[in-house]
Amino acid sequence: MRPIERDELEPLATGAWILGTGGGGSPYLSYLNMCNLYADGSQVNLMDPADLADDALVAVVSNMGAPLVGQERLSDPAFAAKPVRMMEEYLGRRFDAVMSVEIGGGNAFQPLLVGAVTGLPVVDADAMGRAYPEAQMTSFAIADLPMFPLTLADIRDNEVIVARAASWKWMERISRKVCTEVGSIAATCKAPRSGAEVKAHGILYTTTQAIALGREVRRARRAHEDPVAAILTAANGKLLFRGKIADVQRRTTEGFLRGTARMEGIDDDRGIRFEVAFQNEYAVGWRDGRVVVTTPDLICLLDSVSGEAIGTESLRYGQRVSVIALPAPAILRTPKGIAHVGPRAFGHDTDYVTVFDDADPTEQRS
Amino acid sequence: MRRIGIDVGGTNTDAVLIDGNLVLVAVKTATTADVLGGVRTALSKLLAETASEQGRRVAAVVIGTTHFTNAVIERRALQRVGALRIGLPASASLPPFVDWPEDLAALVRGQVHMVAGGHEYDGRAIVPLDVGAIRDAARRMADAGLTAVGVTSVFSPLTPECEREAERILAEEIPNANITLSHELGRIGLLERENVTLLNACLQDLAHETVAAFTEALRGSGLSAPLFLTQNDGTIMRAEAASRFPVWSFASGPTNSMRGAAFLSGLNDAVVVDVGGTTSDIGYLKGGFPREANAAVAIGGVRTLFRMPDLLSIGLGGGTEVSADGVHIGPRSVGFRLLEKGLVFGGDTLTATDIACAAGRVDLGQRTRVAGLPSGLVTRSLARMGDMIAEGVDRMKTEAGDVPLLAVGGGSFLIPDQVEGCNQVIRVEHHAVANAVGAAIAQVSGEVDQIFSNVTRDQAIAAAQTEAEGRAVAAGAKRGSLKLVEMEDIPLSYLPGDARRVRVRMIGDIGSD
Repeated sequence: MRPIERDELEPLATGAWILGTGGGGSPYLSYLNMCNLYADGSQVNLMDPADLADDALVAVVSNMGAPLVGQERLSDPAFAAKPVRMMEEYLGRRFDAVMSVEIGGGNAFQPLLVGAVTGLPVVDADAMGRAYPEAQMTSFAIADLPMFPLTLADIRDNEVIVARAASWKWMERISRKVCTEVGSIAATCKAPRSGAEVKAHGILYTTTQAIALGREVRRARRAHEDPVAAILTAANGKLLFRGKIADVQRRTTEGFLRGTARMEGIDDDRGIRFEVAFQNEYAVGWRDGRVVVTTPDLICLLDSVSGEAIGTESLRYGQRVSVIALPAPAILRTPKGIAHVGPRAFGHDTDYVTVFDDADPTEQRS
Repeated sequence: MRRIGIDVGGTNTDAVLIDGNLVLVAVKTATTADVLGGVRTALSKLLAETASEQGRRVAAVVIGTTHFTNAVIERRALQRVGALRIGLPASASLPPFVDWPEDLAALVRGQVHMVAGGHEYDGRAIVPLDVGAIRDAARRMADAGLTAVGVTSVFSPLTPECEREAERILAEEIPNANITLSHELGRIGLLERENVTLLNACLQDLAHETVAAFTEALRGSGLSAPLFLTQNDGTIMRAEAASRFPVWSFASGPTNSMRGAAFLSGLNDAVVVDVGGTTSDIGYLKGGFPREANAAVAIGGVRTLFRMPDLLSIGLGGGTEVSADGVHIGPRSVGFRLLEKGLVFGGDTLTATDIACAAGRVDLGQRTRVAGLPSGLVTRSLARMGDMIAEGVDRMKTEAGDVPLLAVGGGSFLIPDQVEGCNQVIRVEHHAVANAVGAAIAQVSGEVDQIFSNVTRDQAIAAAQTEAEGRAVAAGAKRGSLKLVEMEDIPLSYLPGDARRVRVRMIGDIGSD
């Protein structure tokens, strides 16, 4: 256990936005909240998952809803902590620690907000190692752990407990419906996990990874080095393409933002076309018409100059971007993992294509 | 149609008189501390060079100014503001001014009030509006002598009712209140919209004084033409609107410069390379307007959602230092000290300007002082500079094929006659007053950025277009001349009812039908 320092918050925001692979919502507002909390004397502890007792009780939190609504109804720590208190009441037991369901995007900060209000330590882990749109796309779902109960709160006095659900997909459907009804934004506490479950099935050390990634971007910028190259080195990533956005097409179906972005190459990639398809997050990449990368590999579009991640909602014609891939956590790359989060889970009729050597799939990113 | 364009910059005040496609007269004067003096001088110089009968037939006078941006950046002439946020119980932990630089917040933050109210994205009320709390806040602001108030309500760009109701109450309680409502300024994004609202509120006194001074200068010159100010997007607003919404002028400088270059060259689609003393700014003109950058833009350290021209800055200008072997160009520059440091000016530093003089591209200072430079060095460094420009142009290009390049700025002689990826290099006449020309030719726009749900895509776009037309006409556009210049619709994730955000911009000429 160690305290998270004030000067780690900004790198965490930068790193988490990169790991969001285009989705997950910008961490900016939650980051601002944490700055305020630290200015008022709060400090949050980061806990090594190895230090969790097997029978420890861990809250898995997320801010659920439409990123756009989050830009008007702003993130708030007291609101983030509400469903955690509800869950403790419902279970008749106190939590020992809190963790995020996804490290990618704004939810990287959700357990920090809860930790600052409740004093609970934040486990250095999540259940995706990136961002994904739905509940069944977590390492806990892939491991067939129970998906209930779930608590959900809005800013008014509405509190909902989903006591049971028939499957992860049912849990997703029911909680999404409630979330929409309260204005497409809600704070949730997912099915509680034991320390043993987190250690066996969580994606470990992702908070540390996000901070390290953000630090590298900032260091490279200060040193006038190429931040994209720094990210590749820090996260064992691969550069897939450098170019400019030539066209973006979007549509919504079933509440998801889907679409494609077409890019024209510059520098070494001059004359080459690259396309990425997204469903909230980037899912598949084609180089001159051939699939070269798919989810669960992390496909990130970065501003070629600043190294800042570009979300699927802010893609615009003419942006100069670098497309990179970062290795996915091992559990997502197992056959079962690919069934949950591979390209077919996003409606693409193609097998999983990775740009990484699969020689050692047990290797854990850290 | 004759129009006068005036650019009030930090150093110079330039004025031009244009008629159709012709620049009839162009003058340059020094900007004065009171602004009024410089504008008055520029106008009288301009009119002195014009037959008076011609001068009075001017259809419009358009001023572009960095005055309000500079006030924020330099933290001067700002007034204290009362901030009213409507949206509790949401967003309580991030109050107004939360992400402002402390020095600016200390100058501007008068009082902060947060009350219950606001709407959902679909128009339902979040909770009932707390009118009692608004009246109480209004009385406390009145007691403290605050007259400038910024009001921001959750999802007000979609449902402005709460802000309108607050305005009514504030006006009842605060004598001479100057109220800025966020939905009149902004887009979705509560914090950024609120920031712009508060910036606008703190500039109210300065805006009223400045616009009054402009009007006085105009009348003093015997001109009866209507006065407009240019906005960030290269279009104009009436003087009355400018005194209410000074923030709309924030980024008009680079926009006017690029638009002026387009006009002077007669080209609407081109890459513009503006070579200054230390850097070259490369921008892209599409349909006569600069392509806009995507990122959030900070003004004086405050995050906003203004759209600014997308500019790529590269380290090549007239004062850029050149290594003795001609291999390294910059990034160091002697900047504005070129006139003492450059070789041709009697200094001891080899600069890009010296190379251009040695090559005969331009005749400045004493050319004999660079006559002895090895020709290999001159050729090598010129070629390298040409490559730097070509690389920058390529980075900004968004389509295959060659484009014309417009060369502007004091150091534009560094741009070679042939640039890879460009089919021609056009050296623009009058480029030193491109800003004032950009102001003179500006058109009127109306913009809408809204979320629509439970209607078809076509219905949403049509509704947005009608609203944008109405706004353009209200801003002084001739209805028959309106054209759709930008249309973007983005479906929104996780929202029911086929929700989509539609942004539409219409542009037309000044006038009435």
